[in-house]
Amino acid sequence: MNTTAQLLQNNKSKILETWMQNQLQDNSLRDDLISNEELRRQSDELISSLARATSTGNVDNIHAPEYETVIEILSDISITRARQGFSPRETGMYVLSLKQALSAILEEKHSDQPEVLYKELLIIHRLLDNLSVVTFETYIKGREEVILRQTDEINEISTPVIRVWDGILALPIIGTLDSARTQIVMENLLQEIVNTGSSIAILDISGVPAVDSLVAQHLIKTVSATRLMGAECIISGIRAEIAQTIVHLGIDLSNIKTKASLATALQLAFSMRNVEVRNSSKKTGFSISR
Amino acid sequence: MIVMTKDTMQIVREQDVVPFRNRVRELSTKIGMSLVNQTKLITAASELVRNMLKYGNGGKVMLETISKNAQSGIRLIFEDQGPGIPDVQQAMRDGFSTGKSLGLGLPGAKRLVNEFDIKSAVGEGTTVTIIHWKHGR
Amino acid sequence: MERIPILKMGPFLLVTIQVDLYDRLALNLENDLISMVSKTGARGVLIDISAVSIVDSFMGRILGNIASMSRIMDAETVVVGMQPAVAITLVELGLTLQGVYTALDVEKGMELLQDKIGILEDPEEDEEAPDDCND
Repeated sequence: MNTTAQLLQNNKSKILETWMQNQLQDNSLRDDLISNEELRRQSDELISSLARATSTGNVDNIHAPEYETVIEILSDISITRARQGFSPRETGMYVLSLKQALSAILEEKHSDQPEVLYKELLIIHRLLDNLSVVTFETYIKGREEVILRQTDEINEISTPVIRVWDGILALPIIGTLDSARTQIVMENLLQEIVNTGSSIAILDISGVPAVDSLVAQHLIKTVSATRLMGAECIISGIRAEIAQTIVHLGIDLSNIKTKASLATALQLAFSMRNVEVRNSSKKTGFSISR
Repeated sequence: MIVMTKDTMQIVREQDVVPFRNRVRELSTKIGMSLVNQTKLITAASELVRNMLKYGNGGKVMLETISKNAQSGIRLIFEDQGPGIPDVQQAMRDGFSTGKSLGLGLPGAKRLVNEFDIKSAVGEGTTVTIIHWKHGR
Repeated sequence: MERIPILKMGPFLLVTIQVDLYDRLALNLENDLISMVSKTGARGVLIDISAVSIVDSFMGRILGNIASMSRIMDAETVVVGMQPAVAITLVELGLTLQGVYTALDVEKGMELLQDKIGILEDPEEDEEAPDDCND
């Protein structure tokens, strides 16, 4: 057994105490997000697994199988912290304060043997530097996961497909239409066409801030895909300035049914499906006949 | 980028196309690719494998599952020892065909996948590499 | 050699493609279908591709060819049941199957065919033809 492992094994409780002290002293400790007991438990677990890993004699390759548990515990901690809203500094300080604790104990033990102290410090520092890199990597991964999930959620809620009538779907598009969004719009719309057996889809672009040639291309793609499925697509909500840009850019929408408002698009859809909406003569309100 | 699995298939007859497509589907299902992205990848692969049979007298395809920045994907490398393409730029244009096809094969395949690379030398052969990521971006 | 069965239903021909197509099989289908149209004098062709998971440019071209060829022989072609993933892929590929009628399922395809043929036999209604499919 090497000295590093011995140090960790024999001074476990002392290291834990110093480390806990270091952590608790640090101003950035978020005692609102994590309790002392929880922190102590995590730290204890990490020191134990680190002692076990170093006892194999490997003190520099953290990608070896004996370090698997250490990495796992550390990744788990930093990913959880990323999700809980810890800052990078707070997360990084966790491992770095262990380094301080270990250094302090080494200094105490080998104060009369500077050469041994130097060698041991070097080993400990290299090992913990590697571990803190892992912490940062997984912290960022945790944050990225949060961002990705939110992007997916936004995409999901921003493209609702509404069944407005038997066989007629409406899809209000709000926000810019980029290629990733078009994919989701298309997938949702086409799947809903299959699910409901609808033959008409109204794409309402009132909520799209601007239509350039790229957005128009995405719209044309959506219409083409709908037609391939055997349904017809109407684009509604074309404002004056959008009509102007479309013509100025020379975009050809002549093959596509377009309407100024969702109401007129719905009227067209009704007439295509031979549905008639009229005011009832006696009663207020309206009745619908086929 | 890390290569996780590696596999090679010889494509010499038209009948080899169906098992090849099934293999691609199997791999992309394994990494959890969505149906639309699977369909795009297999359609692109189908176009390229047809080109290989038609113009390169067949060849081999390397199928790999890869991983980069925590995202997994599929990489397909189509290699033939055919006559090669004299003008790659022209071949990549929509509607260009030396055979009697629509001329959508190469440019269409490029549009369907995330990454596309073609290298060709006259008299030596053509190598096309495509990558499609799990989330299609 | 494998062949895809063609069913005759009144004035229409019905083809349900249940297997993944390779080029030779698709070409055979084109030949068989066209000779069947000429032999039976069918007025409409219905191709159900709901079980097809891949349509690439070659098969797209075959579908277009079938439609154009049957039209010359006075029969309309409707492709029904295309999977969403296939539709998205075809559009991305740049293939929109111009000149091929489409419908959601066999039933709607049949209605569409009856509509189209009714129009042809009744020239008076020609102008008011409901245009609920792509042209």
